Amino acid sequence: MSGNVRPRGGFAERTVNGLLEAMERAMLAETNAAGTGWLQRLDPRVKLAGLLSLVTAVAMSHRAEVIAALFGVGIAIAIASRLPLSTLLSGVSLATVAFSSALALPAIFLTPGRTVGTVPVVGWTITAQGLTTAGYLVLRVAATTTLGFLLVFSTRWAHVLKALRAFRVPVVFVVILGMTYRYILLLLEAARDMFDARRSRTVGPLAGRERRRLVTQGAGVLLAKSLHLSGEVFLAMQARGFRGEVYLLDDFVMARTDWIALASCAGVALAAVWAGR
Amino acid sequence: MHVPDGYLSPATCAALYAGAAPFWFVALRRLERTLHTRLVPRVSLFAAFSFVVMMFNIPLPGGTTGHAVGMALAAIVLGPAGAILAISTALIIQAFFFGDGGITAIGANCFNMAIVGSLVAFVVYRVLAGRAPLDSPRRVVAAGLAGYVAINAAALVTAIEFGLQPLLFLDASGAPLYCPYPLSVAVPAMMIGHLTIAGIAELVLTGGVVAFLQRTDPALLAATAGRGVMAIAGNSAAASGGLRPLWITLGVLLVLTPLGLLAGGAAWGEWQASDFSDAASRQAIAAASLGQPPPATPPRGLERFSSTWTAPLPDYAPPFLRSAPVGYALSAMFGAGLVILAITGIAALLRVRQRAGTADDTVSL
Repeated sequence: MSGNVRPRGGFAERTVNGLLEAMERAMLAETNAAGTGWLQRLDPRVKLAGLLSLVTAVAMSHRAEVIAALFGVGIAIAIASRLPLSTLLSGVSLATVAFSSALALPAIFLTPGRTVGTVPVVGWTITAQGLTTAGYLVLRVAATTTLGFLLVFSTRWAHVLKALRAFRVPVVFVVILGMTYRYILLLLEAARDMFDARRSRTVGPLAGRERRRLVTQGAGVLLAKSLHLSGEVFLAMQARGFRGEVYLLDDFVMARTDWIALASCAGVALAAVWAGR
Repeated sequence: MHVPDGYLSPATCAALYAGAAPFWFVALRRLERTLHTRLVPRVSLFAAFSFVVMMFNIPLPGGTTGHAVGMALAAIVLGPAGAILAISTALIIQAFFFGDGGITAIGANCFNMAIVGSLVAFVVYRVLAGRAPLDSPRRVVAAGLAGYVAINAAALVTAIEFGLQPLLFLDASGAPLYCPYPLSVAVPAMMIGHLTIAGIAELVLTGGVVAFLQRTDPALLAATAGRGVMAIAGNSAAASGGLRPLWITLGVLLVLTPLGLLAGGAAWGEWQASDFSDAASRQAIAAASLGQPPPATPPRGLERFSSTWTAPLPDYAPPFLRSAPVGYALSAMFGAGLVILAITGIAALLRVRQRAGTADDTVSL
């Protein structure tokens, strides 16, 4: 889990931990997507269109209170869909918001405008425009990250891809995305095993040059494996009759609740754009 | 460098989606022509590889670590079209699944890293590698520099996108709506990190993997090596042909070195202790220093250390030669010869160490 605390060892440990977290995150998303919450029951096309319209509304809004309201809508949807709010907030949104807050902090002092205060000792002036722009940045990041993760945590990746077809994304690109995701998991495992195996045979600290060589050789081996695997996958696809044309089973059916949800999301997004203009 | 949502205006995001679309279209068409049915598995697996390699912590000189994007590696192995599609695919999955880069900013991230990065990497690699054989050390240097230049080019484009936001998008009170930092802040802030840590991470990864592939599977480097490149170095025409222009240029420069005698006076700051007591030299120093007169006595440190080492060929004029131009040319040949000798020695030493390293690997495995 992203919330688990692992010791921060050397570069190999950090790499292995990063790879493990990515795998666990993918599995967590798939598990949550199989839940029975409000969002999980919706047609993936509705979720994609609805949540993207809310993200666009956040981006287009020129008023902080409207962006904050859209962030609240995202939290309310997460609660209604029984998504793990603590994981969402602590592991995902909080990290992104903390990063953006650190980036936004200097803007409070650097943005020219009406002075509203001075930092004691250092004498830096705080401007109203600086506070506003920092607020915009942090709120926008918080809202869009939360809305983006609502989609991922409530929809199987295969369904997200199939929904992309509704937006006229070329079918070959959809297939590439699907196959990439599948093989990411395989290569993550291969990379983790490779680093684990090397770590288990390493006694004592390595010199900087040796560590760099270990990583670049690992990447080289993984590259050769990937390309070798692509040849094997191609042969397997050919054996199953693949001749370069891709077909997807398009079996989504819109129910009345889907239409209501789509209309609600579009209505909220339009209202937010109007109110935040 | 992954731009999150909220940093760029919707108009900028839309413009960058529009800017990226033709590149995606052309790359897809070109790959369909060259790879046919192999397109899907080849691009997918390489995109998966790019995704995973972006997570590697790369140890850097100085004890820190950094992450690379792998855009130059993709451009070298797959070519620019393959790299554009593979890196774009990895970035899209990162944005959707891991929140690394915003959903509205997918077009911007793909434009900066997958398109600008891959194309710059490919051009730099091809120009620097020239027609060197596939196993030439020159290709390793070219690959490393391609990675370094590419990630910095991508960072610069990103910084410009950030820096334009406060110029174009303000609310009624004048507060920036998106990224608040102007170009004067965004460019240095982005470039300092990329010229140092991220650039070196990309250089280490690209150069290291290309060196590894040269030893284990050089065929993977053949696709973008250019026509007529020999696979193995040695007495090949390509190898000698590649270096011949460099030797000719060096020879011409050596012959032209007496031209340096035409330049009068001394270079600024390269004064001797005795110049401070000579009236003509003092005037020359003052004229070269915007009228600022030099101190009455030579600086104590200069006086103390100026006699520590006496050059064997002082002022590029060997004492046993009366002709200044001949002495100048001879000094140039002597200096160039010493440099070539030193580099040959270092290269021989590195080859010996590399062979020893390969032997260590065999033992440890």
